Formats: sequence, structure tokens, C-alpha cells
Amino acid sequence: MSSQSVARPKAGAYETVGEKTNLPGRKTAANIMEKVLFLATASAILVLLALAWDILSSGAGWLSLHLLTDVPSRKAEIAGMRPAILGTFWVIGLTALIAFPVGVGAAIYLEEYAPNNRWTRLLKLNIANLAGVPSVVYGLLGLGVFVSLLNLGRTVISGALTLALLILPVVIIASQEAIRAVPSSLRQAAYALGATRWQVARDHVLPAATPGILTGIILSISRAIGETAPLLVVGAAAYVTFNPSGLTSRYTVIPMQIYEWARRPQAEFSNLSAAAIIVLLVVLLLLNGLAILLRQRASAKVRW
Amino acid sequence: MKVSESSVSITTLDRDVATASSLAQPIVSIKDLNVFYGSFHAVGHVTFDVPQNQITALIGPSGCGKSTVLRCINRMNDLVPAARIEGRIDYHGVDVNAPTVDPVEVRRRIGMVFQKPNPFPKSIAENITWGAKINGFKGNTSELVEKSLRQAALWDEVKDKLNESGLALSGGQQQRLCIARALAINPDVILMDEPCSALDPISTLRIEDLMRDLARHYTIVIVTHNMQQAARASDQTCFFSLGENRMGVLVECAPTRQLFTKPADSRTEDYITGRFG
Repeated sequence: MSSQSVARPKAGAYETVGEKTNLPGRKTAANIMEKVLFLATASAILVLLALAWDILSSGAGWLSLHLLTDVPSRKAEIAGMRPAILGTFWVIGLTALIAFPVGVGAAIYLEEYAPNNRWTRLLKLNIANLAGVPSVVYGLLGLGVFVSLLNLGRTVISGALTLALLILPVVIIASQEAIRAVPSSLRQAAYALGATRWQVARDHVLPAATPGILTGIILSISRAIGETAPLLVVGAAAYVTFNPSGLTSRYTVIPMQIYEWARRPQAEFSNLSAAAIIVLLVVLLLLNGLAILLRQRASAKVRW
Repeated sequence: MKVSESSVSITTLDRDVATASSLAQPIVSIKDLNVFYGSFHAVGHVTFDVPQNQITALIGPSGCGKSTVLRCINRMNDLVPAARIEGRIDYHGVDVNAPTVDPVEVRRRIGMVFQKPNPFPKSIAENITWGAKINGFKGNTSELVEKSLRQAALWDEVKDKLNESGLALSGGQQQRLCIARALAINPDVILMDEPCSALDPISTLRIEDLMRDLARHYTIVIVTHNMQQAARASDQTCFFSLGENRMGVLVECAPTRQLFTKPADSRTEDYITGRFG
């Protein structure tokens, strides 16, 4: 409607403004697409809810304090998973300590230092490929290198090193994305003041990229915490009745405990494994919550 | 390293006002500069001098290599992938591209202000002090902040909010913050790459006034699309144009008044009278 028009248009004159257009058709298509996209979202949520309901209905009744504080037993009523919970904290903690500095360091090198040539591109491509390698393959690698060749045995450190290798590509790629998203004007400003590459990376690129890097770290922890296959290969034990005592201790982790209980024929044990899954999910949510808290604190430090 | 012979202590912001004899002295001397991006010959055979404590304006149509030449002076063009240069750029007689010269050292002497204001996502005070700190500044930081902001004519507007984010300021204030940030490390030369193109006319005039003030202590090279700005604010003007194969060439370099009133080259005359570009 033109504001310059002298006479006010009559009611109903708003319906067709000028010539007939294809607008009705476009509106229909837009409405249909909105519903299709909503269905896609809803189906994912529905499946998740169904799974959660299934687990909660069979496992919730078996949740108890002694499940967290007792050791496994052949009797389902008194069986606990304390060694598995502690084992998961040991292994995941160590995995994080190994994978994050190495992964973030590699990402800084690739984005801030490496020359943009054929070798760098080949390296980046292969890191992306590594992220797609099945986890059991990392287990075999860990068995060959850490357990046998380095003679670390079937210990916490072997498991952590194997999981660290597994999540390293994910950490590197996520950190690279976060570093690449830092505006180049920020780097230019810092370089123009006579800063070295490291000063630019340390004081500007990393602080600005930290929230994004932490998002990648959340994803990689979520992956590592649920892994069973590689740890099965590098010798996490299935039935452990003692706490892990150090780097060279034998150990088990929550997914192994779930697997161990789930494969038993008795119904009580399959309910127990559902309870253990709930515990695993809670541990996962706690760790992710911690990472999200760190991410928020990091975001607050950068004052966009 | 020879570049550092000309170094001025970073703790003393005021320097001697140039004497008459040093006025004509070129502080930066560009000889037969050629810049390539991959196989593209972007800038060809550029030669001119930048006199000390004067404002040199680089003007010309888009894409004729003004900014490229500017970024070569403090080796910021090194950061562009596949960029390669031939020829010499002497700073106090030292070739800045010599293998023995560290680009970090060059940039510390030759500061830069960019087209789009780009304060760090940090507080106003940290924006000023960061460059000084990484260059080993050990003095009183609050004095440094005040002095730099006063020099950039920003102090009165921000003195009560030094801990607020530099990005909370208006565009014109952000650009003056970037100038203050460049001044805080006490450079010799300040390169400005279209510093007013993202600003409104009032902010633009403030920056031009500021440049005139700064030229008493610093040497300024400014790229501008705005011919009036070059005419108003500069002592010397260099006109760039597009040559064959879209290669940027320097048409002529002359005292500003002379270039705008009696241009030696017909291409310059066409451009400044608006018949081209």
C-alpha cells in the first residue's frame, strides 16, 4: 500500500495488490514444508522418549544406593556397580587429560601455523577420515600398541590411551571449526600490534574459540563414555569386585558392566542393566553439565 | 637487527617534534614494488617515498592495489595466502622484506588501523594495554591508557567506562579506540586502510582532525576512497589506477595541492574531475 495514495483504499481492496502473482502457491508449499520439518523433529524426539520410557520402566525399580556403592555379585539383589562407576571416572578423566591438550594443540597448529599446502590438506582430510573409523579398530590398535608393544597390559592407562586416540579426531575437527570461526579481523588487529603467532593464538584466538571447542569436547566425552567395543578388545574386565587403584590397575567401566549384566539370562539382571544405563546417563549428563558450565564461563570472558 | 636502531623507548609516548630538516626525509621508501597473488600480478612497478611527519594519501578506483601496497609496508600482506612481492620497501633505509628482518618487529614500528573498526572483545583498557604488554611494557598501565586515549581524542567519552567492552562503543568511537590501541605501542608510522569508510560524516571529520594532530608526532599513510578526504587531510597524494590485465599501477605522486590543481597525468585529471571512477 502506497502512503502517497490520496484516497484511502476500501476494505477488501487489500486482497489483490496489483497483478495476480504466484504467491498462493508459494504459501502452500511453505506450509507443507513446515509440517514435514516438524514431523522430522517429532520423530527423533518420539524415538528418544520411547527408549527413555523403556529403560526407566524396567530399571527405575532397581535403582538404589547400594547399586552405586556395592561391588558386583552373582545375586542380582545385592549386586552393585561401584568399581564400574569409579573405573569410568578414571578412564574418562585420563582420556580427557590426554586427548584435549593434544587435540586442541593439533587444531591450533593446523589452523594458525601450518602452511596451506598439499600436505596440510592431506593431513586434514585424513583426520576427518579417522573420525569415521569404527571404534573396534581403535581397540585393535590399542591392543597391539599399548597392551602388547608398550607392555602396559590390560590396565586403566591402556584403556584411556585407546579412548584418547578414538576421540582425538573429533576433538581436533571440532576445535578447528571453532578456531576457524574466529573472525580474521581479530587476528589482523593483533598481528598489526607486533604480536607473535603464539601471542595471537593464546590471547585472542583461543579465548574466542573456547566456547566452540568445549562444545566439541562435550560431544567427544559423550562418545567416549559409552564406548564398549574398544575397551573390550584392550581388556577391560567384565567382572571386577575391587576399585581401580591407579594407572596400572585392572578395571571395568559402566558400559562393560551393562553389557555383562544384559547378557545374563535372568530377568533380574536385565532390569539391573537398565538401572545401570540410567546411572550411565546421569554420569553423562553430569559431565556434560560441567562442560556447559565451563563453556558459559568462557563465553562470559570474551566480551563481544 | 637494523630496524631496532630507530627504536624509541616504548615508555615515552611524546617524541621530539620533527625538525625542519627531517621533514623532507623519507621514512618509508618504496622502489619498484610488484605484488602477486598466485599468478595474478596485482600491483606493478610502484615507486614512491613517504616523508616523515606528513600524511600521505593513496587514492584511486577500487581494486587498483592501494590497500595491497599499504599492507606491504608493515608486511601484513604476508598473512594473505599465496601473496608474493618483488622490489624494495625501505624503512629507515632497511629493507623490511630482508630475510634477517622479523615481520613482528616491522609491525611493532609501523602500526595499522583497519577499514572496519576491530577492537578486541575485551575491555577498553585492555584494548590499549594488550599491545604494549606483549611488547614488554613495564610502566604504569593506567597512565598509558589515559595518554593513548587522549591522543586519540577519546578519553573524555570513555574515561568512566574503561572496564566496559570495546565493542560496546559506537563505530566512530571504536575506530578511535583502534587508533589509540595503535598509538599505545608508540609506532613510527601509522597505516590507515580506509579508516572512515564505515563511519558517518561527523565521525569522519573527527578522525581527520585527529590525523592532523597525530602527524606532528607520527607519519601517516592513509588509503581513502574519498577524494575530498585526501584533499582536506593529506600533505602528499598518490593516485593509483588500473593498468593492463587489471594490474594496479601508480600514476603519480605529488604534494596534495599540486595533484588536485595541476595533475601531471591526464588519468589523474579524469579521476579527480569525476570523468572516471
